[in-house]
This record gives sequence, structure tokens and C-alpha cells, in this order.
Amino acid sequence: MSAFMVDQLVAKHGLLMAVRGVSFSLEKGEILAIVGANGAGKTTLFRSLSGVHPVDSGRITLNGEDITAWPAHQRVRSGLAMVPEGRRLFVDMTVRENLQIAAEHGRSGDWVLDKVVAALPVLEPILNQVAGGLSGGQRQAVAIARALMCNPSVLLLDEVSLGLSPIAVEGLYQSLEQLKKSKVTSMIIVEQDLKRAIQFSDHLLCLLEGRVALSGCSHELTHKAITQAYFGLEAEETENA
Amino acid sequence: MKISSQVNTEGFSTEHWYQVGRPALMVGGLLFLVLATVPFWGSGLVVDKLTTLFVYILLAVMWNLLAGYAGLVSVGQQAFLGLGGYFALRLVDIGMSPYPAFIVGALICALVALVISVFALRLKEGEFAIAMWVTAEVIRILVMFDPIVQGETGTSLLAMNQYAPELRRNINFWFGLLVVAGMLGLVLWLVNSRIGAAAQAIRDDEEAAKSIGIRVMRVKQIIFVVAAFGCALAGSLWLASSVTFQPRTYFGVQWTVFMLFMVLVGGLKTFEGPILGAIVFFLLQEFFGDYGAWYLAGLGVTAILFALYAPNGIWGEWQNRKGVRFLPTGVTLTLKNKE
Amino acid sequence: MLDAIIQGLLLGGYYAMLAAGLSLLFGVAKFINLAHGDLAILGAYLVLFGVKVLGLSPWLSVLLSLPIMGILGWLLQKYLFTRTQAAGFLLPLLVTFGLGAVLQNGLYGVFGSDTRSLANYIGDLSWDSWQLTDQISVGKLPVITFACAILVLAGLQLMLSFTRLGRAIRATASDPEAAELNGINANAVHCSVSAIAVMVTGLAGAFLAMRAQITPYDGPVQLIFAFEAVVIGGIGSLWGTLIGGIVLGISQSLGATLISAQWFQLTGHLVFLAVLTARFYSAIAHQRGGWRMFLKQSYFSITGSLPSKVTKTKIKNG
Repeated sequence: MSAFMVDQLVAKHGLLMAVRGVSFSLEKGEILAIVGANGAGKTTLFRSLSGVHPVDSGRITLNGEDITAWPAHQRVRSGLAMVPEGRRLFVDMTVRENLQIAAEHGRSGDWVLDKVVAALPVLEPILNQVAGGLSGGQRQAVAIARALMCNPSVLLLDEVSLGLSPIAVEGLYQSLEQLKKSKVTSMIIVEQDLKRAIQFSDHLLCLLEGRVALSGCSHELTHKAITQAYFGLEAEETENA
Repeated sequence: MKISSQVNTEGFSTEHWYQVGRPALMVGGLLFLVLATVPFWGSGLVVDKLTTLFVYILLAVMWNLLAGYAGLVSVGQQAFLGLGGYFALRLVDIGMSPYPAFIVGALICALVALVISVFALRLKEGEFAIAMWVTAEVIRILVMFDPIVQGETGTSLLAMNQYAPELRRNINFWFGLLVVAGMLGLVLWLVNSRIGAAAQAIRDDEEAAKSIGIRVMRVKQIIFVVAAFGCALAGSLWLASSVTFQPRTYFGVQWTVFMLFMVLVGGLKTFEGPILGAIVFFLLQEFFGDYGAWYLAGLGVTAILFALYAPNGIWGEWQNRKGVRFLPTGVTLTLKNKE
Repeated sequence: MLDAIIQGLLLGGYYAMLAAGLSLLFGVAKFINLAHGDLAILGAYLVLFGVKVLGLSPWLSVLLSLPIMGILGWLLQKYLFTRTQAAGFLLPLLVTFGLGAVLQNGLYGVFGSDTRSLANYIGDLSWDSWQLTDQISVGKLPVITFACAILVLAGLQLMLSFTRLGRAIRATASDPEAAELNGINANAVHCSVSAIAVMVTGLAGAFLAMRAQITPYDGPVQLIFAFEAVVIGGIGSLWGTLIGGIVLGISQSLGATLISAQWFQLTGHLVFLAVLTARFYSAIAHQRGGWRMFLKQSYFSITGSLPSKVTKTKIKNG
């Protein structure tokens, strides 16, 4: 049984079919990277998976349970957490309160405040600061910490490196690397930096106009094949890959 | 803005609203002529009742113009209804004869609306709704300070007694008919004009409207002033037929309840809906008006049910189901047969 | 004059309690409940019902009315307000306004038009007062109302700051979707907020009925007062609401004392409109680089033009 399974998912964005029959599955501790150009449907896919965007058809299964019709908060309580695009912190509240909310309403488990702070040491000095006043890197760390506090079995990370300095991105990925090593939490990441996506993930999935244009093991796919799928070029050579 | 008229229309046939709506417009004109003869063959009661219906139609159409076409939900339109009556009283008091006073009074009311609009239209949504209500209250209190109104007691438009009851009833009716026809024509023209299109754009997305160069404030102002003018005319028509003026009645928020009911039941954002709503309201008032409070509570419940389950009202739902439009707005494009 | 200010201040406490629910619901669920005043009057009638028909003591009746109002608030949010919120700002306004009409006329249908008051049931409290100086005395009831308002506001503030529910409410108010993504049931939070808001509003209504005569049609005026207090104090802050209530109370009291009784409401309205206007124009002035710049630019100088006619497209397949 896969930890997370998506079967023929279709989601509309207004009149536009943003996600047109996407399927994949993920084992415990595995990491899936989703790449694709702007407008390929990555964010709508993520929002549908987390439950804040309606699904038109298809099935989402988390640890054997069909969660397709569940509201977002119920998915979180069953172990599916998301770091949304733009971080979406509660800006009027302190970092501690932001984390506390996740602890109070998410799934309970090993990830408690002390452990999260130990994993993301950048949080230590800012715990009592108001989230609205933080720098981009600090905010992203809080967003990840907040999602961890929900003790997810599957963690969705939407564009974690967007708008961050290279140093901040490096720091974040080092922390994520630690999480990866523990082999407990499955992760799905959307990442614009192709190289990093390949490096960090076990599997890679390339979306083109809402469909899966290419998928496979990250280290087996060539950079060229991914680029072609990314831009929707003829796929002759990708078959060789 | 000339560019749009140079759009290649090959492959399409275009029909303007006045072409598509020609049969409906002709029926409307015919109805007007028939109605105009009612005093010659109808009973006094019928004439009186129809005059009341005219007031309702005016109010419903004006409120829809504001809320439906411009997205301005006002809970204070009774301000203009009351002011219309009050200015008429005042003008008659200084020696004007009643009917010109009604028109002039409504025009002054439009000026007052222009002044109010400068600040009220800066407000958004709920704030605008309640600020208008407060404005109506302020105007009511100020009007009650005027000695000729005699505070809570109110007064009567005694000048109306110069006409014999029969004649007065008939003149009121024709006055009402003319006012309704005129205002309906004005609204129809307005919603089909650039102003109407701009207002609907603002209603749907104010920022986007601004970004394509619509003068948001000016458009809202025009709609607001026209709606106030219409409500003021309704107020003077009410005064003409009831003769008495009590501030609490004229400035009562129940008028807004009625307008809301008529527009929601008939069909928000449609031209014909409010007219239908006014007729429905008028009939309900005739049959159930005696039940008083429970009847009014029923109106509230009905309005809520329509808002939740049939937000397009009777007319809108019917239109959607049949795909028919009697008085469409704008231009209809029809794809020509490709042979 | 000092007397008027003190009376106004105490009255402001009542307004703050009345406005707290409106402010809370607006702050979290982002809509203005036009039936707010009518809910206060409903609360008052509920207490009157307990006292007159069931023969309860007034304070017990108040206590029992609170959970009923709370449940009502929960149900209203769950079955009425939630349905309207998805569809933009128009529907909540229309529906709550309709609800107000239903409540007013329903109350009239049940209780009739007689003015009623709890004053007869609370004994000496309705007229007892403390003599401060030779000229100034304060009624016990207004003082109790004021104290109660402070307690309620402080309680709400503490709840918001330090409890699990409070944090969930603040999170939902700032970003309902992000709240959902952290396991918060945003709908349930909205329901809780509505329950609390309606409960506090009912309490305020009960205090109104002790102080004054009420009729089923008094709701709209109470809504206006509540809204004025919220706007004067600044939307979204409970203590701001207290200040707004006090400013409103003092201006009404001063208007009534210094000019004439009819000016009681009028002064309040005028202060409200003045604050609204000032707030707006100061925002504009700020945007345009201060007052001087703003005054130089005429309001009519905003340029732009209307778009051409919007066309409605209907395509028939040939």
C-alpha cells in the first residue's frame, strides 16, 4: 500500500482545465519533485491535493483512506500538510503562536516545538517575534516548521526557494536533507531549480498543460529529456532516456 | 474608443439591444397607451391602486439600478423618498403649485444626492449601506426640526385640496404613469449606454474597471443621482396620493425592506425583474397586507429564500431556463451559418 | 456638563458591549450583520419572556438566555451566513437585512407593540444612584452596565490572546485558507465566533431592557449605534470599540444636554459621519503626499474615460 496515491485527478481553475488526469503514487519516505513551466498546473494540483481547491474527478488516497472529499483541515489531521506558495504565515501572530496553532490542530506525533527548533535552529532567536516582520528566509523556515508541527506523513512543499537568497535556500535544503534522511516523511516538492529538484528527489514528474509529460526516477532522467518535456517539445528522444 | 467599432464582424451578425427588444418595446409602448386611458373607463379604486403600483415599480427599478447594476447596496434610499416629499411640501408652501413642485423637489433632491455622493461613494460595501442609513436618519431628524413638519406629528399637503377628488386621482395617475414611463426609459437607456456598461464592470471588479480607464467615481455618481431622483419622484407621488406627510413613515427603513423584496423576488440585475417584483409585491400587499407583522416577517423570509436559492429572482431564473431575453442589453452577436 | 460627560461615558460602556459582537463577526467572518441590532432586541425579549412568563428572577433569566443566544448564533452562521459568504458581499447584506425584518416583525407578532422594560423587575437598581458630589450622581445600573462591558471585553481579549480557540479565531481572521492548512476547521471557528458574538449582543440587549423601554422595532437604531461605535473606534480592535462607544456616548449626551433632547441621536450620527469622512480623506491625503498636495489637486481632476459598450455574445452553432 502506497502512502499517498493520486489517481486520474482533474481540477478546474474557473473554466480552464488546470489539472487533466494526473496520477502518481508515493511510498513512505519517498520524495517526488514536480516540475513544469508557469501555468502547467503545479499550484492548482497542490491546492487540490491539500483540499483548498475543489477536485472535479479522480481519487486521492492517503495511507489507504480515500480523502478526495475531505476538507483541508481533516486532511491535515490525518497527516497531509502543505507549505503553501507565499508561505501564508499568520502575520499578526508571533512565530511561537504560529507553531502552536499547528501543534494544537494538526496531527500529534514526534514533532514538538523543541524538536522543530532543533531541526531549524534559525527559529530559536525569533520565536517571540511577530511573523509579519521577518525576512523571507525566516518566514520560509517558519512555514516549514509550522507544517512539521502538524506531524505529516506526507508533506507538500510549494516553491520553497522562491524569492530567497542562495544562502537561505542552501540552509533550507540542508534542513530538508535531514528530514529526508529520517525516511519517515514522504515529500512532494515543486521546485523551479531543475538541478536541485533532480538532486533532492527520488522521483520526478514533469507537468505540461495539466498533464504528466514525463515521469521517472530522478537519477535516470536526463536533463535534456526533462527540458524537452518541460517545454513540450517532440518526445522522440525522451523515450530513449 | 473607436477601435472597438472597427472590430472585424465578418462571420457574425450583430443586433443591437433595441433591435432584439423591438417587440418588447412595442408591447411596452402599447401598454403605456392602454394604461393612459384607464381613468376613462376604470373605477376610482383601480386608478388609485395602479398609482400605488407605480410607486412600487419606481422604487424597485431605482434600487435595482443601484444594487444590481452598480453593486451599491443602500439601506438608506428612504432618505430621498422622504426628501422628495419634504421638498414638495416646502415648495408648495412658498407658493409653487403642487405638480411642478414635485418635479422641482425631485431635482433639488438629486442635487442633495450629488453632495452626499461625494462622501458616501468613497465607502465600500457594508460601510456604504449603513452610512446611507445613518444619512437617512440625519436627514429625517433635520426635517423634523422644520416647523411646518411639526416634528413627529407630520403635516398635510393642503394645496392638493384645490383639485376635486376625482380630478386629483386622475392627475396623480397620469403623473405617476408619465414618471414611471420616463424613468423606465431613462434607466433602459442608461444601462445600455457606456455608463451602464461601465457600472457593471465596476460592480464585477472595481480595480479592473479602473485599470481600463473607467472613471469609477463619476459613473457611480451618475447612477447614484439618478436613483435618488427616481426615489424622490416616488416620494412625491406617494405624497400626491396620500396627501399626508409623517417623517417616520416617509423616512422609514421599511421602504428599503420593500425594495429589497421586490428586487430579489423579481430578479436582481435584470431590467424586467424589478417590475415583476413590484407587481408580485403589490398583489401580496393587496391580499395579505392585513396580516400586519406576520406578513412582513413572511416577506423577509421570502427575500432570504430567494437570495439563497434563486439569487436571479423569478425573472432571472425563467430567463436562464428558457434562454429568452425580451430586452437584452448591449449588442448580441450571432455566428453566421458557414456553408 | 461634567455630569453629561460622565453619563455619556457610562452609556459608552453599553455601546461597547453592543458593538463587540458586530466588530468580532466583521473582524473574523468579514461581513456586516445588518440584523445585529435585532438580535440584541431578541435577547432582551428572551429575558423578558423568562421573567414575565416563566416567573424567573431577572438575573437568572439573563443567565439562561445566554446559552440560547449562543446556540442561535451558531445555527445562524452554520445554516445562513456561511451559505451567503461564498457569493460576494451583496448576498450577506441582503440576507442579514432580510433576517432583521423577520426578527422585528416576528417579535411584534409574538409580543405585540407594547413597549416593555425590565426596569420593574430589578427593584431599586433601576433608579438607585451614588452621589459623587452635590451636583453629580451616577446611577447604579449604568455603572454596573459599564463594569460588565469592561469585564466582557477583557474576557474576550484574554480569550483571543491566550486560549486555543482564541488563537484559532485570530488565525482564521487573518487567513482562513492558511488556517485550514494547519488543521483548523474554519467553518467551525466562524460558528463559534458567531455564537460568542450573538451571546454578547443578547447580553447587551438585556442591559438595554433594564435601562429603557423597548419595542420590537428598536433593533435598527441599536445596529446603527453599534456600527457607529465600531467605526469611530476603528474596525478590528475590541478596545477601539470601547473608545468608540465612549466617544459616541459622550457626544450624544453632550448634544442632548447642551443643545436639545432631539440632538441626542443627531450628534452621534454627525460625529460618526465626520470620523468616516476624516478617515477617508486622511487616507487619500496620505497617498498623495500629505494634506497640502491633496488640497491642490481638485477632486474633479481624476481623468480617464468610459469604455465602449460591453457586448454580450451569443453564439449559435450553424
